[in-house]
Amino acid sequence: MVACLGCVTLVCAALLGVVYVYTEDAVSAAQQAKSTKAIEAVSPAFDSLCEETEADGRTSYYVARDAEGANIALIVTAESSKGFGGKIKMMVGFLPDGSIYDTSVLEHSETPGLGAKATEEGFKGQFRGFNPFQRKLSVVKDGGDVDAITAATITSRAYCDALQTATDKFNTLSQEVFPKPQQEEEPAAGEENIEEDTRNE
Amino acid sequence: MSKLSLVTKGFVKDNPTFALMLGMCPTLATTTSAVNGMSMGLATAFVLILSNMAISAIARFVPDKVRIPSYIVVIATFVTVLQLLMQAYVPAVYDTLGLFIPLIVVNCIVLGRAEAFANKNSVLDSALDGLGIGLGFTLSLTVIGIVRELLGAGSIFGYKLIAGDGILVFVLAPGAFLVLAYLLVIFRKYILKNE
Amino acid sequence: MEYIIILISAVFVNNILLSQFLGICPFLGVSNKLSTAAGMSAAVCFVITLSTLVTYLLQHYVLDPLGVGFLQTIAFILVIAALVQMVEIILKKLSPALYSALGIFLPLITTNCAVLGVALTVVTKEFTFGGEAHMLNLGESVMYAFATSLGFGLAMVMFAGLRETLALNDVPKAFKGVPVALLTASILAMAFMGFSGLV
Repeated sequence: MVACLGCVTLVCAALLGVVYVYTEDAVSAAQQAKSTKAIEAVSPAFDSLCEETEADGRTSYYVARDAEGANIALIVTAESSKGFGGKIKMMVGFLPDGSIYDTSVLEHSETPGLGAKATEEGFKGQFRGFNPFQRKLSVVKDGGDVDAITAATITSRAYCDALQTATDKFNTLSQEVFPKPQQEEEPAAGEENIEEDTRNE
Repeated sequence: MSKLSLVTKGFVKDNPTFALMLGMCPTLATTTSAVNGMSMGLATAFVLILSNMAISAIARFVPDKVRIPSYIVVIATFVTVLQLLMQAYVPAVYDTLGLFIPLIVVNCIVLGRAEAFANKNSVLDSALDGLGIGLGFTLSLTVIGIVRELLGAGSIFGYKLIAGDGILVFVLAPGAFLVLAYLLVIFRKYILKNE
Repeated sequence: MEYIIILISAVFVNNILLSQFLGICPFLGVSNKLSTAAGMSAAVCFVITLSTLVTYLLQHYVLDPLGVGFLQTIAFILVIAALVQMVEIILKKLSPALYSALGIFLPLITTNCAVLGVALTVVTKEFTFGGEAHMLNLGESVMYAFATSLGFGLAMVMFAGLRETLALNDVPKAFKGVPVALLTASILAMAFMGFSGLV
């Protein structure tokens, strides 16, 4: 009797093993494609992508390269647990001068119609080209330069919090990803490039 | 009972959502949009058809006392197969439906049909029954999804029909109960009566 | 402190019935009488807490190390079925009255989405109870499961009370029974939405 149940279970488990092995490659390919798509959304067009691991040994960041092999963008993941419904996880693409190329929310549990608007163009569009080294990365209510979503200040704050984490990561990594030419010493990467840009104008 | 009527009875007379009142959890949770409702219905139909066939095939060999656990193991197997296939080929849909895919295992419809029909009928009949009930479930989930999406977001299957925001409550928790209640009343009063 | 946050979050903010939609079948099926609803909730509480404990250990010490994560659904549901069987046997010995009152609904706890739902949630989702997002450890998982079942019981008992009063009222014929119960549930869910953002 129990033997019968055991038999059924064994046959089923075996069948599952077969299906698992058969779909294993397709599953990891699908996950890889999802990851690449998320990166492409926040980065300028690139020819190759390089995946590295951060200091903590677990989180990955990505460096986009052009055809000559020069690094053109740094893509990091960042999260904030201060969202209205919990964790907000996002991907942020930075250009060498420290400005944000684009942002994309990977996971969130915000309220539809309110906090969920953070994924819409109306809110996230303002971060395209936003340079956190020149402007303040907090909502207007807190004295910053970010327009919050109406009636969803908490979500907007969490978004800025995640972006700040991403910016801190950029600060840590930019020295090695975007090495500066030798003639000048090293202030924070963003500020130095601003000086360069104004000089070139 | 003719083969065709085996299938069509699942649409109205034995409609799992409005007539049999089974499988309420995914009905309320996954109908935030028409696409989600339809995907959930089709996923359940997949498991229903396969498990009905498998259980019909092994029903004679399974002793009565371990009947239910054995059926559950079979259903769980097909649910896992579905999970793996969805992860591999339609990952976006898999992410949207989330927890409710594995929860098809405990969907009363699947075990209910196995108990009520599959273990007493032939493999072919059970498959057709599964198809009918599964399609009926898909139909009701899609209808609920259309109503909720239209009222709550002003769109159908993603195509925006009404500009601006809809009545938000319909895509949130209370709206699910609300829409189901009214659709149930309409179904009972006008549709079931004519059967 | 974190355990209190888990408690408040699971009972009010993310109520398993009114917010996550798990466990609706008994919610609509067993809630006509207050006493049956209370008895059912107690049985569910026991099963959810115990099964989460066992499935958590199973996942971390058997399924993950052996790399057979795909057997998760089968393994979990078998554990739950076995536990429900055990509860039935114990209840028959300890309280035959409650056993017969619950009748068919006791074995139906196996197919209660809430039980499998909670077991799966604690091993897949990351939580942010008053701190950084992280996967729950054993103590937090059991606390979460217990708190979830308290939320289940709360919603069940409230709903049963409402339905008992509603049965005495003049409900339009087309709405009698399940439809008016669903409308009540809708308003109850709306009320619970007021708790969002609490923790």
